[in-house]
Amino acid sequence: MVPLNYYLALSAILFSMGALGILIRRNSLIIFMSVELMLNAANLSFVIFARQWAANSASVFNGQIFVFFVMTVAAAEVAVGLALIVVIFRSHQSIDIDQLNNLKG
Amino acid sequence: MTGELILFLILALTAIASAAGMLLSRHAVYAALYLVLNFATVAVFYLILGSPFIALAQVSVYGGAIMVLFLFVIMLLGAEQIPAEIKWKNILPAVILGLALVGQTLYLVFQKIAFSNLPLENSVAEANPTHLAKSLFSTYLLPFEITSILLLVAMVGAIVLTKQEKKGGRG
Amino acid sequence: MENSSLLFFQLAPWLVFLPVLGLLINLTIGVKLSEKGTGAVAAIASGLTFVVASLLVYSLVRQPEGTVVPLASWIHVGTLTIDWAFRVDTLSATMMLVVSGVGTLIHIYAIGYMHEDVRFKNDLGRYRRFFIFLNLFIAMMMILVSGNSYSMLFVGWEGVGLCSFLLIGFWYDMDTLGRPSFANSDAAKKAFIANRVGDFGFLMAAFMMFWKFGSTNFTEVFAKVTSADPGTILWITLFLLLGVAGKSAQIPLYVWLPDAMAGPTPVSALIHAATMVTAGVYLVSRSAPIYALSHDAQYIVATVGAVTGLFAATIAVAQYDLKKVLAYSTISQLGFMVAAVGMGAYVAGMFHLITHAFFKALLFLSAGSVILGMERGHHHLAHGHAEAHGTEVFNPNDMRNMGGLRKQMPVTFWLYVAGTLALQGIFPFAGFWSKDEILADAFKEFPHVYWLLTIAAFLTAFYMGRQIWLVFFGNPRSEVAKHAEESPLIMTAPLMVLAFLSVFGGLLNLPGVDTLTSWLKHTFESVGVAIEPGAFNLNVALVSTGLALLAIFLSWWLYLRKPLVAGQIDPLKKLFGPIFTGMENKWYVDEGYQFLFVDRYNDLARFLAQKVDWDFWHEWFHNSIIRDGFVGLTRFLADPVDLGVVDKISHVLADAVQSSANSLRKLQNGFVRSYALSVMLGVVVILGYLLLK
Repeated sequence: MVPLNYYLALSAILFSMGALGILIRRNSLIIFMSVELMLNAANLSFVIFARQWAANSASVFNGQIFVFFVMTVAAAEVAVGLALIVVIFRSHQSIDIDQLNNLKG
Repeated sequence: MTGELILFLILALTAIASAAGMLLSRHAVYAALYLVLNFATVAVFYLILGSPFIALAQVSVYGGAIMVLFLFVIMLLGAEQIPAEIKWKNILPAVILGLALVGQTLYLVFQKIAFSNLPLENSVAEANPTHLAKSLFSTYLLPFEITSILLLVAMVGAIVLTKQEKKGGRG
Repeated sequence: MENSSLLFFQLAPWLVFLPVLGLLINLTIGVKLSEKGTGAVAAIASGLTFVVASLLVYSLVRQPEGTVVPLASWIHVGTLTIDWAFRVDTLSATMMLVVSGVGTLIHIYAIGYMHEDVRFKNDLGRYRRFFIFLNLFIAMMMILVSGNSYSMLFVGWEGVGLCSFLLIGFWYDMDTLGRPSFANSDAAKKAFIANRVGDFGFLMAAFMMFWKFGSTNFTEVFAKVTSADPGTILWITLFLLLGVAGKSAQIPLYVWLPDAMAGPTPVSALIHAATMVTAGVYLVSRSAPIYALSHDAQYIVATVGAVTGLFAATIAVAQYDLKKVLAYSTISQLGFMVAAVGMGAYVAGMFHLITHAFFKALLFLSAGSVILGMERGHHHLAHGHAEAHGTEVFNPNDMRNMGGLRKQMPVTFWLYVAGTLALQGIFPFAGFWSKDEILADAFKEFPHVYWLLTIAAFLTAFYMGRQIWLVFFGNPRSEVAKHAEESPLIMTAPLMVLAFLSVFGGLLNLPGVDTLTSWLKHTFESVGVAIEPGAFNLNVALVSTGLALLAIFLSWWLYLRKPLVAGQIDPLKKLFGPIFTGMENKWYVDEGYQFLFVDRYNDLARFLAQKVDWDFWHEWFHNSIIRDGFVGLTRFLADPVDLGVVDKISHVLADAVQSSANSLRKLQNGFVRSYALSVMLGVVVILGYLLLK
């Protein structure tokens, strides 16, 4: 049995790479993908902890159910987010995140 | 070194490599495809960790629906590439922060958290989807229903946002 | 003790109440009364006062030791107890009788006089006010003479001073000739201020009495004064003398009295000849027990009186104003009285006071009659040919405009002659007896006083003779004098009474009979002052009578042998030149006072106003110190403190906020990824903190 710490470490690495993706990419679609990657890494952590607490029958599925909800929210988020990207592209003719700088003081 | 560990390492490397590929690929379609690979790898991890339902949901929802949606949008917009997307001069703080975060989390994972590493009980694992469904429709019924409303709202929102207004039309 | 139900002492407060009642009637319902009614109310009030005084005298004849009628408590502070009580004794009753008697006659006279006065102009408000003042004066004079203490006496003393002020300035908006001017009100102020100086002396004396004796009550003061040290007595008497000099117009404070002639003539007669100015004489008589203890004080008082008597007589010789002559004559005669009471001849002083009240009131009122006669003549002429007298101001008081009035005003002439003879001291008129009694006493006690007074008597006879010749004899020196008219009966009737008194007043105290002496003796001996019957000295009488006759002859020689014509220089001026000019100008005393006091006072006032108040307080202290200091302080607070420190702090804070905001604004650059970087940084930092904790 591979120690769960390894899995958690993988989750952390993936999460960090997602965050790094958000920071370094300008393409809003890829940024969006990075967000999905981060969500995925978080989901992995949930599953890992669910696996850890599986012996306790009372809370055996809590982690997995959280993953399920996260997936649902992610799906909704993607639906809305991609719609937003489409609208932004229509108005700016670009999906470059650096050109969307209207939120400055 | 057990076979399980070898499998883990191979999968882990695959996941990291695919993530890195998504991160670095200039072309959005490639990025999406790397991400699909990553999702698939993670789905395997779910299976290993005794969550078959989640693994299948991962493959169908993420790898299927969401990523297809991504690809669809990429194709639709025709904006696969952005010139000089990554400015290497500017990413240094981000990389440093990313490495710092990795270091911190690894420190956290290996120094602060002690797992019991209990073996997976087969009965539980086999009965997993059934029990999951029972739990989902009893204990978590209200969040489940709210999720459905959330999805409905998201759908309506997406339609409203992307709807083209006809000129002279009533909107 | 006789049956007290027959005595009227308890009526004493009515001496004050009746005139007050009269003035209250005129004050309240006087608006409804006619001119005659107003005068009648005042005259009746005064007349009833005379009746009360007579009843008191009747009671005193029965019970000569007199009594004290308490009325109300006034000041009760600590050991000081001053009550309003009426001291009814022979001395005060004499004064009451004179004041109310002469006062009543003058009230009656004034009814006619004020109506005739050209300045009256049918202003009924003024007419009423005049009689209100007159009644107030009677009331105040009664308080003065009936007071049981120096404090009460002072109340009346100030009250009559006030009335004097009010009545001198009665025509406050014009001068003596009726032209718009402040001259009359200036005269009133002069009188008031000169009297203030005297009142200061009176007050100091009263304070010393309270300090040394613990009381101002006559009885207590006189009881304790015998054991007082001579210094105290001398100071009290000298301070009292200052008060006397103010009220009775003695040197050096006499200057107000001639100017007081600005008042209506009845006022001159009543207040400034017969009654108020004699208050000083009364005061010395009342204070006889104190003066009796100090020979020095007596000497000083007698000398002051004698010098005043001579000094004023010299001035009277060279005056042309009918009333001014009488005014200086009054000062001179007051000098006689003060000298008399100063010498201790209290009875002689009081005797002269009484006779003087008669004949001087008569003279003033007759003079008023003459003046009115002249004014009537002027009026008559002005109607005849108005254009000739349109601009020229006619002075009806000026003797140079008169002459020959004997024919136009026969009644007034004879009355005037009676008064004049009484004043000149011609046997057997009233003045002869009283003046000779003074001279005889002076001859016995203080020879220098005798000589001064004898010369004064000679001059008196001379200037009165001059006046008679100038006014009534010779030829009229102006058109007005030719057309002068006699006064009505309401004015001459009181004069006839006064003339009768002037002729027969001497009967009061004939040598050997000594009615007044034995009458006043009760009062003086009750306070321990010995009174001797007036010594009649035949030589003195002959000398003074001879001198008087000589003076009359001289005046006839100078003024009637060759009657003056209009515009002619006074013959005396040719004889004496500069001396006459000095007398004519009142020895320049007013100018001297002007230079010594008024100008110095004005200089001081100007100095205080300009230098001290304006330059020092306003310009320097207020502007430089307070205002500039305040401005400097505020500027200091504003510039270095407020702008430099307070504002700097807030500016530094504001700049810090602004610059930090500027630098922070760069963070808000609109680049989503930089925001994400910040979030990432936050995550890393917080996580690191949690791990390291």
